[in-house]
Amino acid sequence: MPTNVLMPALSPTMEQGKLAKWLKKEGDTIKSGDVIAEIETDKATMEVEAVDEGVLAKILIPDGTDNVAVNTPIAVIAAEGEDVSAAAAPAPAAPASKAPEQPKEADGEKPVSVAKTESDAPIPASEIPPSPEVPEGTAMVMMTVREALRDAMAEEMRRDGDVFVMGEEVAEYQGAYKVTQGLLQEFGPKRVVDTPITEHGFAGLGVGAAFAGLKPIVEFMTFNFAMQAIDQIVNSAAKTLYMSGGQMGCPIVFRGPNGAAARVAAQHSQDFAAWYSSIPGLTVVAPYSAADAKGLLKSAIRNPNPIVFLENEILYGQQFEVPQMEDFLVPIGKARVHRQGKDVTLVTYSIGMTYAIKAAAELEKEGIDVEIIDLRTLRPMDTDTIIRSVMKTGRCVTIDEGYPQCGMGAEIATRIMEHAFDYLDAPVKRVTGKDVPMPYAANLEKLALPSVAEVVAAAKAVLYR
Amino acid sequence: MAATRTSARSSAAKSAPNAAGSNIAEFTKDQELEAYRMMLLIRRFEEKSGQMYGMGLIGGFCHLYIGQEAVVVGVQMASIDGDAVITGYRDHGHMLACGMEPKGVMAELTGRRGGLSKGKGGSMHMFSKEKHFYGGHGIVGAQVSLGTGLAFANKYRENDNVSFTYFGDGASNQGQVYESFNMAQLWKLPVVFIIENNRYAMGTSVHRASAQQDFSKRGLSFNIPGEQVDGMDVRAVKRAADHAVKWCREGNGPYILEMQTYRYRGHSMSDPAKYRSKEEVQKMRDEFDPIEQVRSRILKANMASEDELKKIDATVRAVVAEAAEFATHDPEPDPSELWTDVLR
Repeated sequence: MPTNVLMPALSPTMEQGKLAKWLKKEGDTIKSGDVIAEIETDKATMEVEAVDEGVLAKILIPDGTDNVAVNTPIAVIAAEGEDVSAAAAPAPAAPASKAPEQPKEADGEKPVSVAKTESDAPIPASEIPPSPEVPEGTAMVMMTVREALRDAMAEEMRRDGDVFVMGEEVAEYQGAYKVTQGLLQEFGPKRVVDTPITEHGFAGLGVGAAFAGLKPIVEFMTFNFAMQAIDQIVNSAAKTLYMSGGQMGCPIVFRGPNGAAARVAAQHSQDFAAWYSSIPGLTVVAPYSAADAKGLLKSAIRNPNPIVFLENEILYGQQFEVPQMEDFLVPIGKARVHRQGKDVTLVTYSIGMTYAIKAAAELEKEGIDVEIIDLRTLRPMDTDTIIRSVMKTGRCVTIDEGYPQCGMGAEIATRIMEHAFDYLDAPVKRVTGKDVPMPYAANLEKLALPSVAEVVAAAKAVLYR
Repeated sequence: MAATRTSARSSAAKSAPNAAGSNIAEFTKDQELEAYRMMLLIRRFEEKSGQMYGMGLIGGFCHLYIGQEAVVVGVQMASIDGDAVITGYRDHGHMLACGMEPKGVMAELTGRRGGLSKGKGGSMHMFSKEKHFYGGHGIVGAQVSLGTGLAFANKYRENDNVSFTYFGDGASNQGQVYESFNMAQLWKLPVVFIIENNRYAMGTSVHRASAQQDFSKRGLSFNIPGEQVDGMDVRAVKRAADHAVKWCREGNGPYILEMQTYRYRGHSMSDPAKYRSKEEVQKMRDEFDPIEQVRSRILKANMASEDELKKIDATVRAVVAEAAEFATHDPEPDPSELWTDVLR
């Protein structure tokens, strides 16, 4: 029986990639372990090894094809002696250009390697309104969040010699998630510093360097690992300006992916937004779009205070329009009204926006007009924008992937109660991550995260519909 | 390649640090008198702090440096302008030795607006950008990573300055100390790690807490050279610091100095120090006191007369009295200060 070779996933969050190069040609004999092709994503390049033996009967996806969906058959291997022409595999669909919107369920050949949560599927960039900071008529360019973050760092490093980036795998490996890609080549090892696996130590070292006036960008491979370093972030970075009566500032950015990725279970899946945003002295930023990621990271690097910059691994590969401007800055502390509406306000940030946007589309079909607020900065929180919206709609649902107790939703609901109680037509409802450690199994993981259905249900509940 | 240097003297547990060894470089008259004056200032300042704590003028924690004066004074004598200093919570002596105003330090202890941190930091949290004193840190061991970062900044800026990073025998058992050792040696950072081994981490003697009690060897697996120093003899401290600083300034990376010292008072003002005998303390005071050592040398060498030393004593007392007076009568911070200095 001929065997299909499928497009592999390089990571749990990969959905598509480029078939860069075939290293074998049709008719070649293949042994198990042979490298037969190279595939690329914006994150990495990987060799495809044959698992089966036989003859490479047919190449289904040619060299240089972009956007090949994971699990698409890319070649057929026939057993030795088997008639190659008889080995015609079922004709595959053309490379899945719209794959992202419809993550494939199991192809039957092997278990799905990718857990699909609703947040995975990107919102088409055309549906994302530009940041209010973009002047009208500005030319836009499509860019992933990953590229936007990299460009922000590169621009600020060109501008200010005191800015440097350090962390695990940021230099030679080009970033564990490729966010620092190319920085070593441009700025050299003095300013792009690979650290040992030593979060507590390098976070403290970064804070010390900031006390001395440098402007470190400290990358945590994920914020889950920053728990090892949280003493230095909270006790040293956040509090020293106050404890020194205003003398000793700490211009530092702690950045990295935060919250759940996909299928990495409890220790690697936690949203720390509420933790850091409870600390006076810290500024906490959590962008959704690439434009905001770029403009806010540039502002964060220039800010004289310690900033916790929470990114999201699932958003890294998503594309958005980013203004082509010399120096695009988004101010810290300002929320963005993503969508105007009159019936109910959804307040969220970062990947929470994906649930909100999809829920709004569903609700629109039922005649419900939704307003969406993307907080962008969590501390200081732009309470005014939330309150103005709630005064208009009278109803509010908060969405975040964190735990419910003492979470961002709890904080937002409290502020609304304090400032707009008389305007509320229903109690605020929260949609949050469930109150359990993140499970591994795909179905349980999906249940542990918020869903579009939950947002829709909550919005209807506050509308008594 | 950094060979590990340890002094011939063993770390022998209970033995007191040796008095002046034969290889100690003699001080000039000016050096002896300067060391005497500064150590005396710290001693009198700390005695006054203890007294004011007893009167309820100083709150919270108050960790006195009495007995350890030779360490920071000797190291400072090896420093040049721009060298950074950072330490833990037993920090009053370091601030005075860095040249920070006694009035400002004392007013911070009493929580007044004229304090170095405007009354918002207290005993454990004071800083001076001007004097390159980076605190004053209340979390045991945190200052070691921070001090390594100060050295990183010096290397980044390609200047000649080093970071003097002080911590105790207790902090030496914190994990981030070794994370810092690793990075400091890996990147050849100009940092002198000064371990003030006063034999007790709060109430726990080094024998009950440390598997390796020779702290100069704590950098061995990172190839960081270290040596044990008689931390009660300011000349030995100065000599060792000179050597360590030269090592760092020449680009060889970090250096560890274990200062064998002793605190006469409890861990903090609320510590009755029941974990050691009165005799042990008395013996250290009688036989190894750092100030007495200098004083007797000065007199023996006729560098100054009793009367001249008394004059120094009187000047120091006046400075301390003035600081105490200021710190007692300076007003508390304005209530509006509650909300300032959170962000820039």
